[in-house]
Amino acid sequence: MSFAPVPPPIRRIDPDAPATIARPGSNGVAGAAAAIQEAVAERPGTKGERMRINDLSIAYGTKLAVREVTLPVREHEVLALIGPSGCGKTTLLRSLNRLTELTATAVSTGEILLDGQSTHELEATDLRRRVSMVFQQPNPFPMSIFDNVAFAIREQASRKPGKAVLEPLVRDALERAGLWDEVGDNLDHPALRLSGGQQQRLCIARALAAKPEVLLLDEPCSALDPKSTEIIEDLIVKLKEQVAIVIVTHNLQQAQRVSDYVAFMYLGDLVEYGPVDQVFNAPLAERTKNYVAGTFG
Amino acid sequence: MSTTARNPGPQIVHKRGRDSVSNWRLIDRLALYACWAVGIGLCTVAAALIGYMCFRGIQYMDLSLLVTNPAVGASQADSGGFLSPIIGTFLLTLIGTVIALPFAVGAAIWIVEYGRPSWLARAVESAIEVVAGTPSIVLAIFGLLLFSGSIFEPLSFAADNGAVVGKSFLTAGAMMSLIAVPLIFTSTREALMQIPAQVREASYALGKTKWATIRRVLIPSVRPGIFTGTALGMGRIAGDTAIVVVLLGATLTLEPQGDIPLIKTLRGSGSTLTSYVYNNSPAGEGNAPQKAYAAAFVLLILILILNFGIDKLARRSKKESV
Amino acid sequence: MERSVKDAGGGQSPAAKMEKRAEYSLGALSSLTLVLIAAMVIYVLSKGWPSFAHNGLSWFGSSGNVDQQLSEIFNSPANPKYYVYKIGTWPLLYATLLTTGLAVLIGIVVATLAAVFIVEFAPESVKRIVSPVIRMLAAVPSVIYGLIGILVLVPFVGNEIVSGGRKQSVAGVVQLSGASLIVAVVILTIMICPIMIAIVADALRAVPRGWTEGATALGANRWRVMWTVSVRAARPAIIAAAVIAAARAIGEGIMLAMVSGSVGFAPNPLDGLTFWFEPLRPYAATIVDNAEGLSVKPFGQTMYAIASVLLITALALSLGGAAAKRPLRKYGVRL
Repeated sequence: MSFAPVPPPIRRIDPDAPATIARPGSNGVAGAAAAIQEAVAERPGTKGERMRINDLSIAYGTKLAVREVTLPVREHEVLALIGPSGCGKTTLLRSLNRLTELTATAVSTGEILLDGQSTHELEATDLRRRVSMVFQQPNPFPMSIFDNVAFAIREQASRKPGKAVLEPLVRDALERAGLWDEVGDNLDHPALRLSGGQQQRLCIARALAAKPEVLLLDEPCSALDPKSTEIIEDLIVKLKEQVAIVIVTHNLQQAQRVSDYVAFMYLGDLVEYGPVDQVFNAPLAERTKNYVAGTFG
Repeated sequence: MSTTARNPGPQIVHKRGRDSVSNWRLIDRLALYACWAVGIGLCTVAAALIGYMCFRGIQYMDLSLLVTNPAVGASQADSGGFLSPIIGTFLLTLIGTVIALPFAVGAAIWIVEYGRPSWLARAVESAIEVVAGTPSIVLAIFGLLLFSGSIFEPLSFAADNGAVVGKSFLTAGAMMSLIAVPLIFTSTREALMQIPAQVREASYALGKTKWATIRRVLIPSVRPGIFTGTALGMGRIAGDTAIVVVLLGATLTLEPQGDIPLIKTLRGSGSTLTSYVYNNSPAGEGNAPQKAYAAAFVLLILILILNFGIDKLARRSKKESV
Repeated sequence: MERSVKDAGGGQSPAAKMEKRAEYSLGALSSLTLVLIAAMVIYVLSKGWPSFAHNGLSWFGSSGNVDQQLSEIFNSPANPKYYVYKIGTWPLLYATLLTTGLAVLIGIVVATLAAVFIVEFAPESVKRIVSPVIRMLAAVPSVIYGLIGILVLVPFVGNEIVSGGRKQSVAGVVQLSGASLIVAVVILTIMICPIMIAIVADALRAVPRGWTEGATALGANRWRVMWTVSVRAARPAIIAAAVIAAARAIGEGIMLAMVSGSVGFAPNPLDGLTFWFEPLRPYAATIVDNAEGLSVKPFGQTMYAIASVLLITALALSLGGAAAKRPLRKYGVRL
C-alpha cells in the first residue's frame, strides 16, 4: 500500500495452510479465507450484484480502519456486518456512500463499484441518492413529516416539484416504511414529536423516498425499545425485495433474524463471509466461532 | 473476476471522489458564488480601509507630531502635533479601566459564585446587558447631567459663575468605565464558569472558606479571562468619541484645574486622539484633514495592538499556566 | 452531622462573618449597576420631560422644518415663561428608522452569507485570514469609519456620482453634497456586520451533526445542506443577531454625524434614485451635532428628550436581544 508513513505489515492469507489447526496467535483465518473467496466469486445463476467492494482499505490519517476487504452487495439480499466495536464495520458502511469523506483525514485504496461503475467517479450527490443511509440515532429534520420524506425527492429534482407530484411519492415511501397508517392523517405534524421508533421509521421512509438501489442501515435499532425493534426488523425483511440492504449490527440475534449473508469483521480484517446459517452454525474461523458464541464482544 | 491473491500494483489513493459544483442547480451555484463574493468582499473592504489609513497616515505622519502639543495656528505647519491628545487617550483609558475592573470582576464573581437571590442576579445580568447596549452619546449626556450636580464638584471644576462644569478626565473616565464593564464582566464570567466544580470542591475540602477560595484559587486562574476582557475594554474606550466630545471639554491641550499635582490634571479638561480626529475633520472645526489622518493612523495602530497583541499575550500565558 | 457555623456559641465565627461580608459587599457592588440604570432612565427622562409635555404626541410628528425649530428653541428668550419647545422630530425619527432598518436588512443577508462562507465553504487557508479580518473590522473605532467616510466617500459621491443635473433638480429644497443616505447605510452596514457574523457563525457551527450528516447522506449538496438544514435551524440566532445589531446601529452617533449630512431632512422616496443621495440626520447624530448647546435650558431639554427615546429603544432592544440569546446558550452557542 502506498500510504506514508509505512503502515503495519499486511497479513497475507496463505491458502495452502491447513484449515483447522489452531496455532498460537492464529485465528484459523486460512480456511475462512478460502471460503470467503468462494462465496464472493460471481457464480452464474445467483442473484445479481448491486455493489461490489474490491480490496478496500480505509485509513484515518495513518491509522488503518479497514484492511483489504472484498465483498459483494447483492440485490434482494440483506448483508449483515457484525463484529466487536471499533472493528471497521461502520467505517466500511460509511464508505459505501462516501460519507467517510466528511472526515478530513480519511483516505482509501481499492474500489467500490455501484452497478459496475466506481463510486469515486460518480458525483457524490448522485451516489447518495442511489445509496441511502439510515443512522443509529434517529435524526428527522426539524420539519413536518411531509417535508422530511419529501426532502430527498426535492433535492433530486432539477426544478421544484409541486405538491401533486410529491404527495403520492411521500405516501408510497411512508407505506413502504410501515408508517402510513399511523401518520397518514396528519402529515404536517412536526417530525420531532414522534416517538423514537416512529422517528426511525420516518428516517427509513425518508431514505426510501427517492427510490434508492441500496439501503445502508447503521445499527438502526440500537436506540429503540424492543417493540419498535421488532417492527423495524420485519420491515427490513420485507424491504429486501425492493432494495439491497447492508446492515451493521451488534445484536447477533438480530443478524440471524434478518440477514441472508453475514460478514464478520475483526480489527479491520474481513475474517469470515458466508450465508447466515453457515456463519452462525458452522463457522470456519476460530475467531468467528468465539465471537458468535459470545466468548468476546 | 479472478479470485487469486491480488498483486498490488501502483495503487490509487482516494481522498475525495467527484463532487463537482457544475451539477448543482443554477440558484445553488449563484448562492455559492455569493458566499464567496461576500467573504472576499469583506476582506477587500478591510484591506482597503487599513491600506488607505496607512497610506494617508504615513503620508501625513511625522514623528514630531507625537511629541509636540497642539497649538492655535493659522496654517497646518504651526498647528502643532498631538502629544496632549495622546496623553489624553492614555489617561482616559487608564482611569476608565481602573474604575471598571473592580465593578466588573466583582459582579462576575458575585453572579457565578453566589448569585442569591436569583431574581437579583438575573436583574444585574440584564442591567449589564442594558449598559452594553446603551448608545455612548446617551451615556455621555447622562454623565454631564450627573456630574453637573454640585456634589460632584471635586471631580471636575466650577466655572466662573459657580456652576459645576462636569467636564474632566475623572468624569469622562467614570462614564468610560461603563463601556468597559460589560466586556470585562462577560470575559471574567465565561472564565469562571469554565472552571470545573472539582476545583472549588477540592479547595473547600482543604478547609478554605468560599471567600478565600475565590481570592486564592479562582481569581488567579481566571486572570487570562480578565486580561482579555480588559484589553477589549481598553480598545473600546480608546476608540470612543462621543463621551470625549461631551465630557472632556475638548480643549486643545491639557488644562489642569486646581492645585493638587496629578489630581489637578485629572480634574481638568483635555482631548484625546478620537476628539482630535473628530475636531480636525470637516465635521469639527476642521480644516486640518492631514492632521486628522495622522492622528487616526496612530489611533488605529494603538487599537489594533490593544485588541490583537494583548489577546495573543493572554493566550500564551493561558497555555503556560495550563 | 454538620453544625451550621451560626450555631457556634452565641454568634458567628470570624470566618463566617467574613463570608457574609464578602457576599454582601460583592452583591451590593453588583447591584450598583441596577441603581445606575434606574438613575439613568429617571434622570434622562425627567430632564427631557418638558419637551414631551409641551408637544404631546406631535413630538414624533412633522410640524415644520426641524432645524428651524431647533434654532428657535436654542434662541429662546431667557425668561422661562417664554421658552420655546415646539418641535416635530419626524424627519429625525424617519432618518433613524431608515438608516438602521436598511443597515440591518442588508447586513443580515451579508452576515448570513459570510457566516455560511466561513463555516462551510472557505478553505482552511482562507478561514485563517477571514476570521481575524472580521474581528478587526469590529475593532475599528467609529470615528475612523467616519473619517474615511467624510474625506473619501462623501466627496466621491458628491463629485463623481451625483451629477450637476441631479443637484439642480432638488436645489430649492436641499443641497446634495455627497453626505447622504447611501454613504451612511454602506458604512453602518460594514460596522454592524461583524457582530452579526459572529453570532450566526457560532449558531451554524452548533447545528447537530445528525442533521447535517443526514441531509448529506440524502444527496443534498453542500449549499443545500447549509440552507435547508443549518440556516433554518439557526433562525433564532439570526433574529437575535439582527436585534443586537439594530441596538448598535441606533446608537451610532459619531460616524453618522460625520457622513449623513447633518440636515434635518426627510429623504423622499418619491424622488427616485435621488432619494439615496439626500442628506439626513438620525437621532443620535442630532445629539452629537448639538452637544455644545446643552446649557441652554429648553434646548438641552429637547436633546435629553431625544436621548430618552434612544435610551428606551436601546433598553428594549438589548433586553429583547438578550432574551433571544438565552435559548441559544442551551446549545452551547458562545455569545
